[in-house]
Amino acid sequence: MKLHEYQAKQVFADAGVPTPASTLASDVDGVLAAADEIGYPVAIKAQVQVGGRGKAGGIKLAEDADEARDAAESILGMDLKGYHVDRVLVEEAVDFVNELYVGVTMDRGEGKPVAMVSTKGGVDIEQVAEETPEAIAREHVDPAFGMHPYQARKAVYDADVDPDLALDVAGVLTTLYDLWDDRDGSDAEINPLMVTSDGEVIAADAVMNIDEDALFRQPEIAEMEDEAASGDELEQKADEYDFDYVRLEGNVGIIGNGAGLVMTTLDLVDHYGGKPANFLDVGGGAKAERIANALDMVFSDENVDSVVFNIFGGITRGDEVAKGINEALGQFDEIPKPVVVRLAGTNWEEGMEILNEDLVTVEQTLEDAVQRAVAYAEDEEGDQ
Amino acid sequence: MSVLVDDDTRVVVQGITGGEGKFHAGQMLEYGTNVVAGAVPGKGGQEVHGVPVYDTVDEAVEEEDADASVIFVPPAFAADAIFEALDTDLDLAVAITEGVPTQDMAKVNKRLTETDTRLIGPNCPGLITPGEAKLGILPGNIFAEGDVGLVSRSGTLTYQVVDSLTQRGIGQTTAIGIGGDPIIGTDFVDALELFENDPDTKAIVMCGEIGGEDEEEAAAYIDEHVETPVAGFIAGRTAPPGKRMGHAGAIVSGSGTGTAESKIDALNDAGVPVGDTPEEVADQIESFL
Repeated sequence: MKLHEYQAKQVFADAGVPTPASTLASDVDGVLAAADEIGYPVAIKAQVQVGGRGKAGGIKLAEDADEARDAAESILGMDLKGYHVDRVLVEEAVDFVNELYVGVTMDRGEGKPVAMVSTKGGVDIEQVAEETPEAIAREHVDPAFGMHPYQARKAVYDADVDPDLALDVAGVLTTLYDLWDDRDGSDAEINPLMVTSDGEVIAADAVMNIDEDALFRQPEIAEMEDEAASGDELEQKADEYDFDYVRLEGNVGIIGNGAGLVMTTLDLVDHYGGKPANFLDVGGGAKAERIANALDMVFSDENVDSVVFNIFGGITRGDEVAKGINEALGQFDEIPKPVVVRLAGTNWEEGMEILNEDLVTVEQTLEDAVQRAVAYAEDEEGDQ
Repeated sequence: MSVLVDDDTRVVVQGITGGEGKFHAGQMLEYGTNVVAGAVPGKGGQEVHGVPVYDTVDEAVEEEDADASVIFVPPAFAADAIFEALDTDLDLAVAITEGVPTQDMAKVNKRLTETDTRLIGPNCPGLITPGEAKLGILPGNIFAEGDVGLVSRSGTLTYQVVDSLTQRGIGQTTAIGIGGDPIIGTDFVDALELFENDPDTKAIVMCGEIGGEDEEEAAAYIDEHVETPVAGFIAGRTAPPGKRMGHAGAIVSGSGTGTAESKIDALNDAGVPVGDTPEEVADQIESFL
């Protein structure tokens, strides 16, 4: 789960990371009142979860009320890379002389947390990591002990941070690690960590991603979840149904059980010349109602021209799947889009017996099912 | 005819009184697995399917001489259950639980370096030596005894590939589902080493997916150390960057690492053919035997 900038900044500030004065606003009057309170100049920043907001016109600087009004009018309501902007953060514009980067993430290769510092702040850090990896100092942390202060100092000195700033930056990094650890972060980053002309450091941006699997023990964070953040109505619907769902560009709807098998089905659709419309994993042990919800999900995507069901039962039972398909499709006078079903594994024979073959096309193998669904999608496309 | 488990393996089921634990303990017993005990705090003294339940793993191991554990415990308590398994003299712990927090697994990972117990999982279907024992949730009926070793990050994909093999009369020595999380116990390299050293394993199937660099590391290991022929499959060629495709670990990072392409290239460079479909993988394995 990704926090908005204003949420991450609040979490960071509460933990003691220095952040600029800021206020969230959702209309022009709110922006002007906030800017008055903070004092000009201010930065006005769109609160949507996409990178490159500045370049896309989502961040503007305002020296006075007129500029603030213009900025607020152009940013509020804008479409930023497909995301509707309905909130901006009005923030004290920090007078800075230098920009740094600090971050904490999980190094999955090492199976350990890693803390990072770089003097190349204010730019795309992934590009820095790719092109000049030596420009980022890294310190692995024993997760059982947490980060010792000396490790933060080591990373800062390794990164060649100005000696006058080193202890302050190390302090920010230690705080950031503790926060990441306490809040079950997957990533926590400050980019840029600005250095002011007075020699103070201040977090001008804040990124915090939380491990979804740990939300059960992070109730305060879970409450910050913004259902609209994904920007896609279907993905929000998938959240309500509690499906693993990813919307894609194509027209062959795909439903299956188990992430690897569903990914494989997507790849096969592509292999046989079709285009997957989505990834939808019903998970293990799905009962009839869940199967019906999955069909509802995929039919709600207007790009879908055909649907392929690929179920290889382990915990999931073929008869439950068949019942769900019958129930969902039985409600229609006419099936909206052709549905191809392939059942294998636990209780597949029982499933085949009860599956209403007037409603669906049955195939025995994965390859045949995928090819049939691709052909149907092409036919449907031709009809339009 | 196998690695890690056989019909001598004595299994304790952690969480045997829960819905999943009870059901799958029954399935394991039916398959012929030597399930000797359950372990559930507060439920000591009960019996499930005629198997005695103890309050602690330690007691189960002591009383029933168990040497492996299968863990069916909810995510919030899973790391604790794994630690408990690691603190006994078990040879093997298999964690089925999906959704264990990654930071918990980082701590488990650290403890693994301090013990001799091997962990498989979490978020995995377990492992099976056909005809002898299954530890986990794999559907036993699709497997057959034979000479192909299989290691996979995905459960249902394992079933798909095994089905293709079995339908052609190609059986398996042992199939290991290592799980799809970012931090796991046994990885591809560990499993490849086991199969390479097993005289009965004549060919190996390795099913990977997008995310992380485990497949690339496995490719380098195969290049250096594996004589047994290996055929591969990589799921997620069509996955867009930045989206988690079901498994917590299956995500192509924004900077382009963890793609199916880089994994397929690495395997090809190590002399491992990668099938476009599960049937092609089975074709390849058939040609090796």
